[in-house]
Amino acid sequence: QGKFTLLRDTRTDGSFLVHHFLSFYLRAGCKVCFVALLQSFSHYNIVAQKLGVSLTAAKERGQLVFLEGLKSCLDLLFGEEEQQPEQPSPLQFLSGSSGDLRALFEFVRASLSPSGQGSWKGPVLLLDDLSVLLSLGASPVAVLDFIHYCRVVVCYQLKGNIVVLVHSNEDSEDEENELVVNSLCHHSDLILWAEGLATGFCKDVHGQIKIIKRLSLWQAEQDLVQIYQYKIQDRNVTFFAPGLSAAVL
Amino acid sequence: LVFTEEDKYGLYSNLLFKYFLAEGIVCGHELFVASAKEHPDNILKELPAPLLDDTYGKELGDEAAAVKSEDFQDSMKIAWRYQNLPKMETSPTTYTKFGHYYDVSKKMSPELCQSVKWHSFYLHEELSSEPKMKTWNMNSGYAKLLQSIQKVISEEGFDGSDPQKKQRNVLRIGIQSLGSVLWGDDVCCSDTPEDPHSLTKFLYVLRGLLRKSLSACIITVPTHLMQNKAIMERVTNLSDMVVGLESFIGSERETNPLYKDYHGLVHVHQIPRLNSLMCDVSDTKDLAFRLKRKLFTIE
Repeated sequence: QGKFTLLRDTRTDGSFLVHHFLSFYLRAGCKVCFVALLQSFSHYNIVAQKLGVSLTAAKERGQLVFLEGLKSCLDLLFGEEEQQPEQPSPLQFLSGSSGDLRALFEFVRASLSPSGQGSWKGPVLLLDDLSVLLSLGASPVAVLDFIHYCRVVVCYQLKGNIVVLVHSNEDSEDEENELVVNSLCHHSDLILWAEGLATGFCKDVHGQIKIIKRLSLWQAEQDLVQIYQYKIQDRNVTFFAPGLSAAVL
Repeated sequence: LVFTEEDKYGLYSNLLFKYFLAEGIVCGHELFVASAKEHPDNILKELPAPLLDDTYGKELGDEAAAVKSEDFQDSMKIAWRYQNLPKMETSPTTYTKFGHYYDVSKKMSPELCQSVKWHSFYLHEELSSEPKMKTWNMNSGYAKLLQSIQKVISEEGFDGSDPQKKQRNVLRIGIQSLGSVLWGDDVCCSDTPEDPHSLTKFLYVLRGLLRKSLSACIITVPTHLMQNKAIMERVTNLSDMVVGLESFIGSERETNPLYKDYHGLVHVHQIPRLNSLMCDVSDTKDLAFRLKRKLFTIE
């Protein structure tokens, strides 16, 4: 509880981790606020069904609050003028009046604050992916502020968890993104880092995952690092120790 | 959203662009063509003519004979399909029935071109009208293009808004040389562009429009002119498929004996991973293309 998990991918697509955490927390009975910035609701729904969870049902019973970023953006930019002003779009920053992500934070806070309806175990904020906010014009400081505010409310006040996906490339020239990623790494309790293999593409091993666990944020203890390789299948992801994939043995 | 990195002189990416539109016409899809460089009417006059099945078989037979005589190991022959991944075939004579083939030496007949409905967006004709939109914080050319696309999607019912529509159709959107100076964006000529977020914002909104409608889009971008590589990284994350064409014209590879039969390389930087945990990765990742008199092939 109260944990901040950072999902990171380099040279590969780490979204399988997002799908995992989404179905994991829903099955565990948590209230989930999912900020999905890059893909449609049906994309996640189809995959979740393969993993045994129905997002539509979760939404209907109030367990899942789903923000479909793409749709929200279209509503904001193409919507009618008479949109209610007291309910600003979570992606208000796109419209240029202010560069901060306050509206997005308010949306998260409102979604996860206890409302008295239904008793769910612990709130969870899931975000896919943070790097997109920079592409849309939010400054790195605004993004880090947003995460900080979310942490205060979700992790400390509500004792919930946060899981965020970011992209990073080695030798990246995207300094803003590197700044955000490095800063988040320092503040994460757990980092799951999916990387494409350095040796190139392989059919049986899709990548490697590094699990970095912060043992203590205050003492100078070494982080616990574990490395596994993985292969993604239609309904499952299998993990194995490096060099021990079924294809090799 | 298929993002194509243009080759240096735009020759081959232009060809791919035309293939995409030609296939749309042959399939009966509706087209939306946008450009700041050439008037869409002219682009549509220059589309390749479709090949009939029997003549293609003969063409492929000729090509296959040429290939076999040259002792290539693992020689795979495929014809390029722009909307989906290339299908690798082990035997040159068993081509699948998916998609159509074209003869680049012949132009598509005007009757065939007129058989579908199409919309055009030529930036320099649109600039005269004032955009009536809220503060989008985006390059005005891009904003206008997005408005135009959204209008077509909603008026023609591609977003399912008109249940009365008898037959659902697909909208094929082709945007040529996005990001070039002609669009009013300096992202391709400056290391520190005036508005580095215009292009990425445009892609995000376009992605939203594509996701909520029955449409597919190909964009070509002269990325070889981009000095700011950070933007390229962001653009890759915002696209479903990213393909780069590298032509050998004027490079030292032109004289490299390894590439003597080819005109350039195809780099597949990213493939779509939609509605599934997995993506359809092909076995071969080293692809090259060549343009013969009639056929453009990738192998």
